[in-house]
Amino acid sequence: MSVFRALVRRELSAFFQGPTGFIIIAAVLFLIGLGFVVVLSGLNGQATPIPVTQVFYSTYFFWLILLLIAPIITMRSFAMERASGTYESLMTAPVGDWQVVLSKFAGALIFYAILWVPLLVCSVVVRFYVGESAVLGLGPMVTSALGILLVGCLYMSMGCFASALTRNQAVAAVSGFAMGAALFFTGFFSYFAGDRSDWISQLARHVSLANHMESFSRGVIDLGAVIFFLSLTALFLYLTHKVVESRRWK
Amino acid sequence: MDTPMIEVQNLTKRYGQHVALDGVSFSVGCGEVVGFLGPNGAGKSTTMRILTTFMAATSGSVRVGGDCVFENPMRVRERIGYMPENNPLPTDLRAGDYLKFRAQLKRLANGDSANRIAEVMEQCGVADVAGRFIGQLSRGYRQRVGLADALLAKPELIVLDEPTAGLDPNQVRSVRRLIRELAGSHTVLISSHILSEIEMTCDRVVILHEGRLLASGALDALMAKANAAVVAEVRASLTDTIEWAAKLALGQAECAEQPGGYVRCRFADAKSADTREKIFASANEHGWSLRELSRQAPSLEDLFVSLTRGKDGGK
Repeated sequence: MSVFRALVRRELSAFFQGPTGFIIIAAVLFLIGLGFVVVLSGLNGQATPIPVTQVFYSTYFFWLILLLIAPIITMRSFAMERASGTYESLMTAPVGDWQVVLSKFAGALIFYAILWVPLLVCSVVVRFYVGESAVLGLGPMVTSALGILLVGCLYMSMGCFASALTRNQAVAAVSGFAMGAALFFTGFFSYFAGDRSDWISQLARHVSLANHMESFSRGVIDLGAVIFFLSLTALFLYLTHKVVESRRWK
Repeated sequence: MDTPMIEVQNLTKRYGQHVALDGVSFSVGCGEVVGFLGPNGAGKSTTMRILTTFMAATSGSVRVGGDCVFENPMRVRERIGYMPENNPLPTDLRAGDYLKFRAQLKRLANGDSANRIAEVMEQCGVADVAGRFIGQLSRGYRQRVGLADALLAKPELIVLDEPTAGLDPNQVRSVRRLIRELAGSHTVLISSHILSEIEMTCDRVVILHEGRLLASGALDALMAKANAAVVAEVRASLTDTIEWAAKLALGQAECAEQPGGYVRCRFADAKSADTREKIFASANEHGWSLRELSRQAPSLEDLFVSLTRGKDGGK
C-alpha cells in the first residue's frame, strides 16, 4: 500500500513541480469563472424551475473543460515516462503492472478533482447571496459532484489508455481527445432519436453523457449511469493494463 | 558452486524480422563481476532488459537466483538493482527525494530507508547535491544518482548498462572504484563497448556480437588465446629493419621510424616464449643498439578484433 501511495504522490508532484499543473488550473479556473458569470447573468432577475447545477451543465463550459482538459491531464502519465526512459526503471522496480496503472489513474483523478474545487466555491457564493436553500440544495450539489467525479473516472481512464499507447505526449493528448469527443458526440444522436425505440436510438440514449449528467444535476443518482461510467472506466483501465503488460508479450 | 546468480539459456529475441539475440547462453556465479562486451547493437541492452524483467524473450530461458524472469518477475526485481542505458531520471525531482521515492518503491522500511539513503549517497558521492533538482545536475552527478538508486536496496545482483558512458576520466575512475568495491558482496553485470573499462573492473567477460555469443569465460583464459605482441626499438635504417624483421620470421611485423634514428618494430603474433631472446640476440649480431624490448599483454581489444574477424571471415 505504501508503494501505491508513493506512486500516487509522485504522479501528483509531477503536476506541481513544473508549470503544467498550474497552467491547467488557471485555464480551468478561467472557464469555470466564465461559465459562472454566464449562468448568473442568465439567471439574473428570472425565475427558473430547474436547479442551478443543471443550468451549469446545460452551458457548454462544463463540457469544454471536460473534453479539452481531460486529455491534457492524462497525456503525460505514460507517454512522458516512455519518452524520458524512466519507464524502464519504474517497470523494473518491484512494482506490479496494476499498481502502476491504478496509481497513474488515481493521480490524474485526484488532480482532476482539485480542478473542480473552484466550482464548489462558486456554489457557496450563490448559496450565500441567494439565502434560499431551495435554489441550490445540498442534494443536487452532492450528486452533481458525484457526476463530475464519475465522468472524470471515465475520461481519466480513457486518457491513461491513450497515453499508454504512445511515447509522444502530443499524440496521447490528441488521441485521448478524439476518443473523448467521439463518445461525447455519439450521445448527441439521442436528440435526433426522439421517441424512437430502435436499437441505435436506445444505444445513443444510453451513451449520452449529457443525459447522464442531467439526472445527476437534478439530484438523482441514476444507477444505470453509475454503472455505465464505472464499467467503462474499468474497461479502459483493463485495456491500459493490457498495453502495459504487452511489452512482456513480444 | 551452488545455483548461479544468472543463468541464460538459448536466449533469442526477435523484433519483427530483426533478430536481436540469437541463442545466447551464459551463466554468472554469485559474487562475480562480469563484463558484458560488444559493439553498439550487439544485443547487450536487450539482454539486460530481459534479465531485469522489462521485456520478454522470444524464446529461451533466463533465471536470476533460480527464479525464472518470466514466471516470477517480482522475485527477480527484488533481487536486482538496475541502471538502464543512458540512466534515465526524472528531472523534476530533487536527488534526495528521488532516492526516497525509489526506496519506497523498493519497500525499504521507513526507519531504515533514511539511513540507507544517506549511506548510498555517501558511497556514491552525491550527498552534497541531495537538495538539488536532478535536471540541474551534471552528467557525472546524475550517473552517480543512478548508481545510488541501483545500490539502494542492497540487491544481490547489480546490473549496470554502460555505467561510464559520457563521463570524464576522473568520474570514470571514481565509478570504476565504486564497482570494484561492490565486488565480493554483490554480483555485478556491467555492459560496455569500452574494452579497457571491462578489463579493469571485471573478472569475467561475456562477449556478444550481432546477437550471438562470441566468447565467455575468465578474462585470463580468454587473454591467453590472444597473442601477445612484442615491441622492439632498434637504431637502424627503416629498410634494414624491415628486412631484418622478415628474416626473423616471427610473424607479421609493423615497422615505423621514430625520432632519433630509431625504428620501432611491432611483432603482432609473438607466440613462442623465446621471441624476445631471439630479437635481442639478432639485434646484437647486427650491432644495433636496442633501446626498448617489451612484451605487450594482449588487450581485450586485440582479443575482440581477432574474435570478430574470425566470425566475419567464416561468413
